[in-house]
Amino acid sequence: MTTGQQALEETVDLAVPTHMTVSGRSHTLRVEPWTSLLDLLREGLQLTGSKKGCDHGQCGACTVLVNGVRVNSCLCLAVMHDGDAITTIEGLGSEGNLSTMQQSFVDHDGYQCGYCTPGQICSAVGMLNEGHARTEADIREQLSGNVCRCGAYPNIVAAVKHVMGMGQTEGGR
Amino acid sequence: MNNFQYVRAEGLDGAARFVAGHVGAKFIGGGTNLVDLMKYNVEKPSSLVDLNRLSMRDVSELPDGGLRIGALVTNSDVAYHPTVSTRYPLLSRAILAGASAQLRNKATTGGNLLQRTRCVYFYDTATPCNKREPGTGCPAKEGINRTLAILGTSVSCIATHPSDMCVALGALGAVVQVTGPGGSRSIPFEQFHRLPGDHPEIDTTLAADEIITSVDLPRTGFAGHSAYIKVRDRQSYAFALVSVAAGLEVADGVIAKAGVALGGVAHKPWRNPQLEQELLVGRPANRDTYHEFQRALLAGAQGFGENDFKLKLAPVTVVRALEQAAHEGEQA
Repeated sequence: MTTGQQALEETVDLAVPTHMTVSGRSHTLRVEPWTSLLDLLREGLQLTGSKKGCDHGQCGACTVLVNGVRVNSCLCLAVMHDGDAITTIEGLGSEGNLSTMQQSFVDHDGYQCGYCTPGQICSAVGMLNEGHARTEADIREQLSGNVCRCGAYPNIVAAVKHVMGMGQTEGGR
Repeated sequence: MNNFQYVRAEGLDGAARFVAGHVGAKFIGGGTNLVDLMKYNVEKPSSLVDLNRLSMRDVSELPDGGLRIGALVTNSDVAYHPTVSTRYPLLSRAILAGASAQLRNKATTGGNLLQRTRCVYFYDTATPCNKREPGTGCPAKEGINRTLAILGTSVSCIATHPSDMCVALGALGAVVQVTGPGGSRSIPFEQFHRLPGDHPEIDTTLAADEIITSVDLPRTGFAGHSAYIKVRDRQSYAFALVSVAAGLEVADGVIAKAGVALGGVAHKPWRNPQLEQELLVGRPANRDTYHEFQRALLAGAQGFGENDFKLKLAPVTVVRALEQAAHEGEQA
């Protein structure tokens, strides 16, 4: 049986000082190493825009931008992002002041239930930063890491094409 | 996920010494596979040594004309690197056929080599698995094995290596540079991954306290004639059922040099350089040659029920990849 004193001795503080900027705000934190970036954002910083779908890097609902590059925040250990600049959906725009990509998703009905949408939009912004998409087939391939169980894909593609200046602004309706 | 100590490595020597001196300690690069496995309690490291502050992020020319890819260069940065896409298009294509953009942005070159199998029994801690817990058995042989191996299997394990990048690195004849407390060494790609044998828990010939520092590509990379064909259940973001990386140098219709490796069929990228020399080099670049080669390369293949289809799929994929490689660049 573990005594109170033993339990106290076994409780080692493994938290690590971690500094990061999240959507423009600077945070100095002590983070337990096993905390994912997604959990830190949602539970620690109360930024619940990034969603936990599968928590295994398969659905893309947790996609955020790290120094402008899209990654699955569920597979990131927060302590590994000391010094990084994170942008979540909250940092892309706000109500009444949406970013171009957010507005295009609204205009093209690029969602139904909306659960995957923050990840879809962060992923689409990341894809444009990367600059490797030229065609609709490229868009579909390069956004394949974001799953939409409602099947809003045609309108998501239309929203992204609009931002890329590829026409078809009426969406898939 | 278990609790663990986190250490930011400041140097290669210190990092290797830490892992050598701490039971259960592991290195972490991108973490896309390791963190996932930790969430399933398949991996339970006592400590993680984060290598990301070390300087292994460069792609640089080697004196012999080859190309050195630092172990921390992300899969995306390798695939889109102008020198890689121009001189080693096979590598770019294979990388871009794997995973998703988000994962490729995070996953590193060194980490890609160290991916664990995607066998469902390996992932499910409620079932036996000789790779996860040696000596507990392998339910896959009579169970769910649709994605598993047909070549180089053992009584203990029929797992496959899941990487696309490694299939191309195999065909290209890359060399893995590693360093550890015992010094530095170069490992030819074919000797990096191992077959399961009696020790399926060991995937590679890398020691636990050794660090991959770079992957070196040879001077020539089949820039003119190469193909990566990946057969999978859906068009994007799925592991290979069978994949083939094929590279050829062809002069006057005759094969001058060849590199062919398969993914999705074995515990490691499946390649046989001796057969390439005997049955491809010096032969006409045609279907008869490719068929004779695939028969020898895939000799002894054995299915386990659900994966029997690979016995037919692998041969035709080898032939198709070689044909596509040979005809690359020709006018339609």
